[in-house]
Amino acid sequence: MELTDIIKEENLILKKSNLLTDNVMHYCPGCTHGVVHKLVAEVIEELGIQDQTIGVSPVGCSVFAYNYIDIDWAEAAHGRAPAVATAIQRLHPEKYVFTYQGDGDLASIGCAEIMHACNRGENIVVIFINNAIYGMTGGQMAPTTLLGQVTATTPYGRDAKLNGFPMKITELLAQLDGTCYVTRQSADTPAAVRKTKAALKKAFQNTRLDKGVSFVEVVGTCNSGWKMTPVDANKWMRDNMFPKYPLGDIKDI
Amino acid sequence: MAEVKLMKGNEVIAETAIRCGCDGYFGYPITPQSEVMETLMLRKPWEETGMVVLQAESEVAAINMVYGGASCGKKVMTSSSSPGISLKQEGITYIAGSELPCLIVDVMRGGPGLGTIQPSQSDYFQATKGGGHGDYHLIVLAPASVQEMSDFVVLGFDLAFKYRNPAMVLADGVIGQMMEKVILPDYTPRRTKEEIEKQCGNWALTGKKNRERHVITSLELEAHRQEVFNEKLQHKYREIEANEVRYEMLNCEDAEYIFVAYGSTARICQKSIQLAREAGIKVGLLRPITLYPFPMQPISDLCSKVKGFLSVEMSAGQMVEDVRLAVNGRVKVDHYGRMGGVVPTPEEILVALKEKFSI
Repeated sequence: MELTDIIKEENLILKKSNLLTDNVMHYCPGCTHGVVHKLVAEVIEELGIQDQTIGVSPVGCSVFAYNYIDIDWAEAAHGRAPAVATAIQRLHPEKYVFTYQGDGDLASIGCAEIMHACNRGENIVVIFINNAIYGMTGGQMAPTTLLGQVTATTPYGRDAKLNGFPMKITELLAQLDGTCYVTRQSADTPAAVRKTKAALKKAFQNTRLDKGVSFVEVVGTCNSGWKMTPVDANKWMRDNMFPKYPLGDIKDI
Repeated sequence: MAEVKLMKGNEVIAETAIRCGCDGYFGYPITPQSEVMETLMLRKPWEETGMVVLQAESEVAAINMVYGGASCGKKVMTSSSSPGISLKQEGITYIAGSELPCLIVDVMRGGPGLGTIQPSQSDYFQATKGGGHGDYHLIVLAPASVQEMSDFVVLGFDLAFKYRNPAMVLADGVIGQMMEKVILPDYTPRRTKEEIEKQCGNWALTGKKNRERHVITSLELEAHRQEVFNEKLQHKYREIEANEVRYEMLNCEDAEYIFVAYGSTARICQKSIQLAREAGIKVGLLRPITLYPFPMQPISDLCSKVKGFLSVEMSAGQMVEDVRLAVNGRVKVDHYGRMGGVVPTPEEILVALKEKFSI
């Protein structure tokens, strides 16, 4: 049998989304960003909205999201993606506008912007990657860092007296009348990946229903920042992150 | 149809924005410019022209909304006053670094800190020398009348799009709050999708279709590539300096002394000139209209004809540094200013001229 006999459309079982570029990803092996990028690309492709989607990337590891997903992008200042997306959506009401933000970007420096974009009920999708650490700057404490978790700025573990408590920003945002769909997912098993993809698809589809912000948190790993192997990081996430940040829909109206 | 009205400077900003086809305004209340957004909200331009008007949660959010809107090639603006403009600096440097056109109106009040709500010109450095981090310039227009508040909204947008660079209307609390006759411009419709495509089609976020994706960013981690971009920006600034200097000269033909003043201070200096000439002192006025690019050459050209320059500003002396650069030691340059929101009188400016130049 020749190679050309095997590589045929009917034999295809898995294919990289046409919306994922061939650029080599800068993400560390084991990082959740790569999986979520793939899902975002697949969802946009399956909905056939490449020419109608504008992404807003954050400051943090995913600052370079625009190198990987083949749509128009604005790269926002740290934490300001929801404000940037607000204007893009209001000036382009026919488009699908989403932000892609990490925990430092969304829950720390951008706390005001996400709060008010959600409160105004902007018709946008927010994808929130929570890995409880600042990845790009070298593993410092994030608002979602767990108590006792060791980071570059909590070398003796996060101490509530010194550093405050892990922030459940997603639950906070679910309280606001401007959010219509708030969910927390993960990407650590094939089943979880499929559920996250379904959540993302629903979030993008909500845009056409004009119901407000659709917010998808993905609890993820930063095995480099956590200083673990990818396998250990997934285990640590399930044992420690999931009890604090339980998975599932928080709001769906 | 052009319309003649008696209006407040801040109201004129709003009215002209609607009339010149502005797509979006994003602001946050601050004295002495809150009438800009209040007027827009009252006028409801979204019903008339489709213009978006949004009260943001902060100046920081407002300028980032401007960044988002400008990324789409839309004609968007914000307005604020000194402390609010300080907050916007992060967004402004991103806008400059991403080469986006937009209009920022600053109706200055006294500082530092929360300062005062009274008029001031103490943000000249911030406006003309960058303001945020990195090597960049805004195109800065300084209105001296309510009419120019209108004219410079139109001109500011034109220059911003011509150079893909943020433009600023740098007014002071006097110009923002005073009422004068104004000839409002005719209505220009907001640009259509096709017109935006034609004007900004090679960079704006309009949705990727049959072309490479567009990315609005100011990020470049590779030092040499960032330097190439910095050089491109500097080239643009040299072009702006060569083409866009605007100024006005009054009574300079026979003048022995020149007031250099902008905004409301230039208006006060006109009266000082009248008083000086009645006393036999030949004084003229050079009023920079663009503060960046600064009218270096016209000031330089006057050096062979005059005995000195007095920079009159409502500040501790900021523009005077640019006057000194232009004069380069050839004749005496001095400064007279009031601070903290105090507006100088024509009489005290004349007294200062006499004292500083031993007339």
